[in-house]
Parts: sequence; structure tokens; C-alpha cells
Amino acid sequence: MRRYVLRVLSLAAALGLWQTLTSLNVDLWLRFSQFPTVTDVARAFAARLSGPDYWTDLTDSLTRILTGFLLAAVLGVATGVLVARSRLAEDLLGPLLEVIRPIPAIALVPVAILLFPSNEQGIVFITCAAAFFPVLVSTRHAVRDLAPTWEEAVRTMGGGRWRILGSVVLPGALPGVFGGLSVGIGVSWICVISAEMISGQYGVGYRTWQDYTVVDYPGVFVGMVTIGVLGWVTSTAVELLGRRLTRWLPRTAYAPDARPPRPARSVRSVRSAKPAPAAPGAVPGGPASEEARDEHLV
Amino acid sequence: MSTSSESVLSASPAAVATGAPVRGTRLTLSGARLGRPGAPALDGVDLDIAPGEILTVVGPSGCGKSTLLRTLAGLLPPLAGEITQDGHPLNGPSADRALVFQEDALLPWRTLRANIELPLAIRGVPRAQRREQAQAWLERVGLGTQARQLPHRVSGGQRQRVQLARALAARPRAVLMDEPFGALDAQTRAGMQDLLVEVLHGTGATVVFVTHDVDEALFLGDRVALLGAGGLVAVRDVPRPRERGAHDDPARLALRRDVLTSLGT
Repeated sequence: MRRYVLRVLSLAAALGLWQTLTSLNVDLWLRFSQFPTVTDVARAFAARLSGPDYWTDLTDSLTRILTGFLLAAVLGVATGVLVARSRLAEDLLGPLLEVIRPIPAIALVPVAILLFPSNEQGIVFITCAAAFFPVLVSTRHAVRDLAPTWEEAVRTMGGGRWRILGSVVLPGALPGVFGGLSVGIGVSWICVISAEMISGQYGVGYRTWQDYTVVDYPGVFVGMVTIGVLGWVTSTAVELLGRRLTRWLPRTAYAPDARPPRPARSVRSVRSAKPAPAAPGAVPGGPASEEARDEHLV
Repeated sequence: MSTSSESVLSASPAAVATGAPVRGTRLTLSGARLGRPGAPALDGVDLDIAPGEILTVVGPSGCGKSTLLRTLAGLLPPLAGEITQDGHPLNGPSADRALVFQEDALLPWRTLRANIELPLAIRGVPRAQRREQAQAWLERVGLGTQARQLPHRVSGGQRQRVQLARALAARPRAVLMDEPFGALDAQTRAGMQDLLVEVLHGTGATVVFVTHDVDEALFLGDRVALLGAGGLVAVRDVPRPRERGAHDDPARLALRRDVLTSLGT
């Protein structure tokens, strides 16, 4: 609970600072006089929410990013596993992938325009290209790092290559794959917004750029807030799914400040019932609740 | 290979009736050179492991004990010579020969029961039966109530018990064990040895058990094979194997002295 309060407080403080600086038109070295205030932005946001374009933009951007990202996830995992498991695939695909990888996905806009009949497909292509490489690279690493005994165990049970793929390689690589997916969803947003700004029709990025060209600054901020919230929601979704699928990982070591606050909290709750010694404090926060807590604090 | 073990299974009632309940397998190495290409660990190995016997293998560390076991499992092809199972050349791993590792060979994302179900699933046992058999095995190794725990939630000794159950669940004809109790404390280890003897009883499986603990080798083995200096040094019969009271048997003590001498300790 206390952590949620802290999180809300931090956001509120940032907004408060923004409001103060802009409403007082602070003009030191940074100039806030042209900057829209929080209330300006909130008013513009409310107006947008009631209009039809906002929701069209939202669904367009979401469709593009989800299509591109899912394609990248499937292709990235498949290619990563292939390159990690097969020397032939590594020799054939490795050099090609290494040459393409350093090219920023947004620099592929000309390629997308040349290749694809419509802008829509071009944007999905760029989004996909952006997320593909993080997924590929982390899958490849994760597959190569698998403990050899797992595979040997399944082989001596008579398991063939598909069994090894399904029972050892994919589940074992999953934590690493999700690392790549988390990075991938982030770069996907960067690229979908940039691509929309360059060549989109509708979409949050397109709208934000339009507002800028007609000097509607509160509108620009509405776009930025929208992108921020969407990005946060989608990456949280990826993170939650990842945690759910990799629940088998010994997770206790991760919770960074799990130790100091927890005994204090549970001791307090115990004390109200009965004056217990210090020891039972550890009992209420057993493994089950620990996991549950990890689940919703992303 | 799993088909051959199944046919033996289905034939076993008849075999019992005719007084031939042997379902262990004979493993034979002749003139074998073992190891990785360019780095042979053992050379000129001639060894005949009889169906249903427990052969323990001791030797100083790095002498090729694990190499021998991996070769018998089919994970490592021999560099020269011949290795046969019941007279047929051995090529590649098979469900016939289960391998038990020193540690961390359970799949960490599967519960204890799901780990034991895996070899059964590979053999094509239907789901309901699989669950039932896995549960029965868990009871047998004393972990019936922990079926749904993940491996990292239980102790090292418990994990090894599950590995033992997993290896035996698919009814292999040979069990190859690579220092399975090596990472356990002495107390747990003695308990595991008793458990091993108990669960092996009636399976008829051939066992090759690698260890660096001479007392463990002499307790478990019908015969003990000594490795060293790039080859097989000797194979000795063990008097009164698997009897806890036999540790001060004069014949056993003499053998123990011999083994320790040949290991150079």
C-alpha cells in the first residue's frame, strides 16, 4: 500500500511542478512561457476524448503495433531458436542478420515505401523490424545458455528433437525470450509513432505531428500523454504475461526491498490481534503471498 | 528402442511363468576407446555388464567415469571398439537406458509430478495413467504430498529422489547413475542408498553406478570396476553386497583396502 502511495505522490509532484512552472510563466534559462499548463492539456484532453478522431487514432495505432509486435515475436523466437540450434542456419542467416541489425528500423522507411503497396503495411513492417532484433538476440542467448543436462535427460528418456524443442528449449528459454519482448515492445512504440509521423494516416503519432504543424501545443501534449499511457499499459501487459509464464523461476531474490518493509508491516498487523513475539512476523508473508505480491507490483 | 522395452513388458508375465524374469539388459564394451574426438579418456576397455547386476565404478576424478556412463547412455559415440546392448550395437540414446545425473537435471518449470510424467509421456502413456503412475512413484520415494511443488522448493536430497523416480518410472532396462548422491550430506546419502536398493528391488534393471565414494561402491555393487590411468584397472566381485552389517566382513575389508591402494589414497 505504502508503495502505491509513493508512486502516486511522485506522479502528482511532477504534475504540480509542471503546473507551477507554466502558470507562473517561468523564464529562466528554460522557457516555460510558451508551454501549455496542466489544466490546458487536461481541457484539450477532455475535448479530444469526446470527439471521434481520438478513438480512431488509438485503435489504429494499437492495431499497427500489436500486429507488428506479434509478428516480430513469432519470427524472432523462431529465428533465434533456429540460429542457436543449427550450425547451418547460423552460417546461412547469421551474417545477413548481423548486417541488417545495426540499421535503425526507422531508417527502413524508404524500403517500406518501395516494398509495400500501402502505408499501413509499411508501418507494420517497420514496427515488426524494430521488435524483431531484440527478440531474436535474447532468444538466441537464452537457448545457447540452456543447461545441457536438461537436453541429455530428455534424450535418454527417448525424446526426439521435437520433444526437446517443446519440453526443454522453448520453456527453458522463456525467461530470456520475455526479456527480449519487453525491450521489443518499447522500441516498437518508438517506431510506430515515428513511422506514423512520417507517413501515417490517422494514428496517435500522425495526430501529434498534425497538432504541432498547426501550433496546437496542448494537442501535442495530449498525444504525448496518450503515447506514454499506451506504452506503459502494453509493456506492463508483456511483463505480467512473462511473470505468469515464468512463475517457476526462484523469484524471491528479485524483490529488491522486500525484506525491510515486510516484517514491519506484518508485525503491525499481527500485533493488533495479539501481542506476538518478533518471530511470527515472518510467517504471514509466506511463499504464496510473496508470489502474489510480485504479480501485481510490476 | 522404447518398443523393445514395451514388448518385453508385455511378455514379462509369460517370462515369469517360464522362470525367466530377467528384464535387465546386457551391456558389453570390447576394445573400446572412449572420450571426445582428439581427447580420449579411456582406452582398451573390455567390460561385460550382466543383466540385472549392479556394477559400481570408482576412480580418481577426471579418470573418465562420466565418459564411460555417457557412452553407455548413447550420448557419446565410442572412438573405437564396439559397444553392444544384448548383442546389438548401441547407437544413440534410448528410453531403455535411463541416466541419473548428479544434480539439477529436473526441469525446473515442471512440478515434481510433471517431471516424473515426462518419460511416461514420451513413451506414449495416456494422461490419466501417467498421472497415476507418477503419483505412485512419488509415494514410493516418500514425496507423495509434494507432488505439486517445483524442484527449487524442495531440498537437494528430495530432488534426487524425484530424479530416481523419474529414471525408473518408464521402466528402463538399465539405469546409469552419475554420482547421483555425490552432492548430498553423509546422512542423506545413506538414506538414499537404502532407498535405491529398495526401489530397484523387483525391477530387474541393470545398474551402472558411478561414485567417488569407495564405501558407497562396496555397499551397492555386486561388482566394482576400478578406473585409472586411462583405462579399466580391474573388476572385482564384492562379498555380501547391500548388507549394512557386512561393512566389517574381513573379505569386504580386504577388498576395501585393495581398492583404496589401487586408487592411490
